Amino acid sequence: MMTPVLNVDKPALRRIARGGAVLGSGGGGDPYIGRLMAEQELGDDKTVSVVSLDDLPDDALILPIAMMGAPHVMLERFPSGNEIPALVATMEKLMGREVSAILCIEAGGLNSVIPFIAAAQMGLPIIDGDAMGRAFPELQMVTFTLAGINATPMAMYDDKGNGATFDTVSNQWTERLARALTIEMGGAAMVGLYPVVAGDIRDCLIKGSLTLAHKIGDLIETYGGQATETLASSLGGTMLFHGRVRDVERRLEGAFAKGSVRIEGQGDFRGRTVTLGFQNEFLSAEEDGRMLATTPDLITLIDANTGAPVPTDTVKYGLSVKVLGLPCDPIWRTEEALALVGPRYFGIDADYRPLDVA
Amino acid sequence: MIRIGVDVGGTNTDAVVMRDKEFVAGAKSPTTPDVTSGAKAAIGKALEQSGLAVDAVDAVMLGTTHFVNALVRRRDLSPTGIVRLCLPSGSSLVPFADWPRDLVEAIGGKFRLVDGGYEMDGREIAPLDEAQVVQAVAELKAEGCTEIAVSAVFSTVRGDMEERAAEVIRAAHPELNVTVSQQIGRIGLLERENAAIINSALRPLAVDVVAAFARMKADLGLTCPVFFTRNDGTLIDTEEVERLPVLTFACGPTNSMRGAAFLSGLENALVVDIGGTTADVGEVRDGFPRLAGTSVTVADVQTNFSMPDVVSIGLGGGSMVNTDTGKVGPDSVGLDLLTMGIVFGGDTLTASDIAVAAGRAEMGTHPAPKVPDLDGLVAEMDRMLTDVVARSRTSAEEMPVLAVGGGSVLMGPRVDGLEVVRPAHHDLANAVGAAIAQVSGEVSKIVQLTDTLNREAAIAKITEEANEAAVARGADAATLTVLSVSDVPLAYLPGNNLAISVTVVGDLNLETA
Repeated sequence: MMTPVLNVDKPALRRIARGGAVLGSGGGGDPYIGRLMAEQELGDDKTVSVVSLDDLPDDALILPIAMMGAPHVMLERFPSGNEIPALVATMEKLMGREVSAILCIEAGGLNSVIPFIAAAQMGLPIIDGDAMGRAFPELQMVTFTLAGINATPMAMYDDKGNGATFDTVSNQWTERLARALTIEMGGAAMVGLYPVVAGDIRDCLIKGSLTLAHKIGDLIETYGGQATETLASSLGGTMLFHGRVRDVERRLEGAFAKGSVRIEGQGDFRGRTVTLGFQNEFLSAEEDGRMLATTPDLITLIDANTGAPVPTDTVKYGLSVKVLGLPCDPIWRTEEALALVGPRYFGIDADYRPLDVA
Repeated sequence: MIRIGVDVGGTNTDAVVMRDKEFVAGAKSPTTPDVTSGAKAAIGKALEQSGLAVDAVDAVMLGTTHFVNALVRRRDLSPTGIVRLCLPSGSSLVPFADWPRDLVEAIGGKFRLVDGGYEMDGREIAPLDEAQVVQAVAELKAEGCTEIAVSAVFSTVRGDMEERAAEVIRAAHPELNVTVSQQIGRIGLLERENAAIINSALRPLAVDVVAAFARMKADLGLTCPVFFTRNDGTLIDTEEVERLPVLTFACGPTNSMRGAAFLSGLENALVVDIGGTTADVGEVRDGFPRLAGTSVTVADVQTNFSMPDVVSIGLGGGSMVNTDTGKVGPDSVGLDLLTMGIVFGGDTLTASDIAVAAGRAEMGTHPAPKVPDLDGLVAEMDRMLTDVVARSRTSAEEMPVLAVGGGSVLMGPRVDGLEVVRPAHHDLANAVGAAIAQVSGEVSKIVQLTDTLNREAAIAKITEEANEAAVARGADAATLTVLSVSDVPLAYLPGNNLAISVTVVGDLNLETA
């Protein structure tokens, strides 16, 4: 018998969405629309059980569910609601067994809440964990890739009822082909991918991500503008900086929004200047040519007045901010993992040095 | 030309009399629950001071927060149904999501989803089913809706389906008012839909308000036309305000910013408007407010119609001071400052008392109080103002800060490193902003480029049409200037197509209005 580690109702979902935005490290899309969709599915009395992977038998089929595509499409064209049942039915047919639990593939941004829609709709539990521990821009940037787990068989459904399945030679190919199809489907689609059995992911799942997101949301609700210090101390991270945004530079390169944010220090940080680099997510924090933090560690910008996380696409001149550094899961710190998600993959000319949390 | 500008605020109603670009007279009167008696009193006082006869007045420009207040108080709202063109998409997030429950109850919360809508590139999600639309509206009407709003997925990219649905509804149910979402909001279906619903729910009230101001005008013996001021600082006539009342929602801050720029002669500046309870900060560029790029929360509902980008904090002349914590505001004695403030003989320590004690202001009937840690409290007020001013800036560019409103005495000579300027008649900036409001013309069209019509020629053609639209609304053709131009290529239509929008503004010319 599974004992839930958390029963998620509407207020808990709101905290998870807030925490998911912090873990989004500035990217991953605003969880707002996803939270509203999950709230509609929950109604007034439904809850979703978050369970530990340890409580599932080795052969239990687990299905990650996510939105893929452009966040701004999701602000205008909402799913029909039929995508998830179709995805689950298709994957059950392909895998030859029933899905036992839903998984969140990306605990940061919009995809931190999308799996809750699936869990509520299908009456399934959701695993307390994910495959990124944050947000990343590409489908293959998951711990499962390191463990040799394929993204396929993968299924994709759109709001009109069109569906597709993928059988590919690598997770990078899945990314390319799936990305092309989302554009034909109108810019965004719902996907089920990386189908796994519990026994396959005992060592590569980033455990506790959803309870962590919930805890972060709870701390922000309680501490508001003072939450950053509490988050840093209770999550093993550090407050990298506190200051005011004095410059924001943006450019579009390919499909990615790149740029930098210059912050002038205030309080204990007066007289210092830090520059954050981003590509969808914040990837580096640099002071006088010295890296204070880089991907895959998490760099999150927090509004110093409200405690709300500030995404890279809305950060504005003049905002008073705190920069929170959180260590990534140790799984991301191997040489192989850094080749997938380290600074050099994103074109940053620096070696990864683990976040100093002295 | 003699113009009267009126600002109906939450506390006071202000009126000014202007001769062309010259300030003649101004007066204040408490705002009354019926709105028009306060306006009548203020106009009467201002006219008397000006020494001008009633029949010398050429036009009255009104700025009112009546509609936004009705929404905030959940009063005088009409039952509204929304028809969304989206199926087969869209059911996973239905209209009225994330609305406060009491407001949903006040408006009815009725909706229907029907076939239609577009993809981001202009392809159809599904064709429009006209019979289905008529049936949906018949059902909403049977459920008690007297107003109808229509939205469609990506109607901001391609608006014809939403327009066609509105035509079909008007033909089948001529007794119902119809609001289409693309007239009001921008990209973001839920927020645009919210703005359209709110507009619909306010339309019957708008008819009543226009009638009340017509009676006020008759009572005062005025025979000139009356205009309302919009969120963007331009005018709409009474017929248009009856159809699109939400366009007036943010006229208060807009008029204040435009009035401040006009009174100071500084067209590029930050404007800090400090009243009894809040400080509102925005930026003017070429005399017009910078608009918010993202969604705006109005009465706890997320909307996305064009509004000035204003940041507000709870610091005003009546803000209460806590000497134990060193905090100022956000609680305020508001209008009771004149009896409760220490310099007015009361016993509540307010931000105004701090300003007097620190030598920034002279006011009241009693001496300034002795305040422990006066410097700390002044520093706290300065910190709050510095923060809100810094958040309102878009660059490190040096620009003046215009301080207006009764509470602006709280400000020191500099904020966030910028010089503070307090223009003459600054406490009437809102009414001045209403009086100087101009007339706009906007045209948005899809133009197919050909060998004989290139992009520049197409923009020139649309600009000419916008000029004509402005003149038709009463603008003086000789004063027209282009306020904004945008052109977006449309990949989804065969041929080389551009979606062009042009907005022009000009001075009001009553010969043609």
